[in-house]
Amino acid sequence: MSEQQNAQIEAPRITREGVIRVADLAKVGLAEEEIEHLQQQLSSILDNIAILSELDTAAIPATAQVIPLSNVFRPDEMTDCLSPGAVLANAPEVYEDSFKIPAVMEEDEALRMDHPAVS
Amino acid sequence: MKPYAWTIQQCHNALSRREISSVELTRAVLDRIAAVDDKVRAYLLVTPEVALAQAAAVDARRSAGEALSPLAGVPMAIKDNMCTFGTRTTCASRILHDFIPPYDATVVERLRAAGAVFVGKANMDEFAMGSSCENSGFFPTHNPWALDRVPGGSSGGSGAAVAAGEAIYALGSDTGGSVRLPASFCGMVGLKPTYGRVSRYGLVAYASSLDQIGPLTRDVTDCALVMNAIAGHDRRDSTSVDTPVPDYTAALGGDVRGLRVGVPAEYFGDAVEPGVRASIDGALRVLEGLGATVAETSLPHTRYAIASYYIIAPAEASANLARYDGMKYGLSVRGADIWDTYCRTREEGFGAEVKRRIMLGTYALSAGYYDAYYLQAQKTRTLIKQDFDRAFEKYDVLVTPVSPTVAFRLGEKTDDPLAMYLSDVCTVTVNQAGIPGLSVPCGFADGLPVGMQLLAPAFEEETLLRVARAFERASDFRRLAPLGDEGS
Repeated sequence: MSEQQNAQIEAPRITREGVIRVADLAKVGLAEEEIEHLQQQLSSILDNIAILSELDTAAIPATAQVIPLSNVFRPDEMTDCLSPGAVLANAPEVYEDSFKIPAVMEEDEALRMDHPAVS
Repeated sequence: MKPYAWTIQQCHNALSRREISSVELTRAVLDRIAAVDDKVRAYLLVTPEVALAQAAAVDARRSAGEALSPLAGVPMAIKDNMCTFGTRTTCASRILHDFIPPYDATVVERLRAAGAVFVGKANMDEFAMGSSCENSGFFPTHNPWALDRVPGGSSGGSGAAVAAGEAIYALGSDTGGSVRLPASFCGMVGLKPTYGRVSRYGLVAYASSLDQIGPLTRDVTDCALVMNAIAGHDRRDSTSVDTPVPDYTAALGGDVRGLRVGVPAEYFGDAVEPGVRASIDGALRVLEGLGATVAETSLPHTRYAIASYYIIAPAEASANLARYDGMKYGLSVRGADIWDTYCRTREEGFGAEVKRRIMLGTYALSAGYYDAYYLQAQKTRTLIKQDFDRAFEKYDVLVTPVSPTVAFRLGEKTDDPLAMYLSDVCTVTVNQAGIPGLSVPCGFADGLPVGMQLLAPAFEEETLLRVARAFERASDFRRLAPLGDEGS
């Protein structure tokens, strides 16, 4: 077997950078050794999943779910729902009747949204 | 026989005749848990106060002359991915280690209304991702038939609890085999109903187009009794189907004369252990002896089912688990900013398998890979479903093993995710096609239980129960695990 063929076979299906990029999309922090592990494991899993490319599915529709249902509608009526206290009972941080979360935007960014004229 | 070893029907009869009270029955099960659960570890949480209060309430209703459900006063276990109002529900994940649901899952609400007694929350693979119960974020469960073996997953705590006498029955959930596999490994009856038959409201979502709740019981009659209580439409789950729920026990008396049984060759490959094959062959002879005709058939796309499953399920999981962000409930590890908070919370909160599936699903859905992986998997799903549609034109039921092997050893597959995924080779097709599947004990190999999988077209649970009950009557592999010296 030539070196080139060998490299082709051994090349992992997902690169280290690929793992880091996907972890960023998934918002999952990974320790250094997890990155290495996942690169190997995901590559090996994807190698096995590649069997799907054998199938000619050009004329096959996709199945997202199996039961013959379409959108389900109901009258827009008030019904009982959870109290704010019950909804907030498991919250890590609460401010009055709200979830308290870290800032999503920088302060000047938020200011621009409140006052579009400010630039 | 000790009360903890009874079936639901035996409990109901004894309770109705006032031979035992629900409080006494519940104490018997709680005592059994105290005696054996340090070895089996089926429970993440045991709830004696809840159980004894429910039992006392049922006893009071019975004394008042109320007509009660067959489930009334009978102690049971709930897999820890179903929300129980006021009782911690962790999904065996550190990310939900302190989550107290403010509402009941629909199945829990229905059981409560039936007077069920909740003895505890059963262990499972974290977020139901696994085939051995070793992915629990807290501790693995042991198979009561052989403590060095796995109970199967992901509903391993549910299967082990019922087999060990620690619950009369249990609820599990099945996304790729998670009720049927532990039922098979623990020698119990397990049913994955048709997609849409049982409400998923309040079931912590793993893969929404595949998830379905089902019973794990000691015999087929009990399975029908639990289905009577949990099946049916629920406006809070828009994928639950509004078709009438039959009385499932009515199907139990039927015979199998003239039943056409198909045996798909693809499920009997080299990976199937000789002892498993021999048990299934023996079961097929029993069905023939009862008047069924048995013929070999083919489901040609079976070999692609693991691959399509391990795209579709992780893809849906990656979307469903995006909700664990450390903001509204569950673990929150606050970082430098909101993005850092997300990443740290999820790094600390999720175990290795959950991270692996989130990563795999995110990858399969990401730009440039969507068509090659996710779309191709969904099209493969169509082909798998068409295989079943064609087979059911000629056969009333299909018979396969639930697993190619009996329960494997703890630690045997934990280092090799792919080997673990292959444990689901006989079961993942069923969720992708949406049809019902039932595991019924059909023999032993090396002293460990073997399960036969019966499959029928969508909404034909009655056929499965009728065939399984006829087989059970003619064979009888019903027994609890011979754990220690307390045998029944």
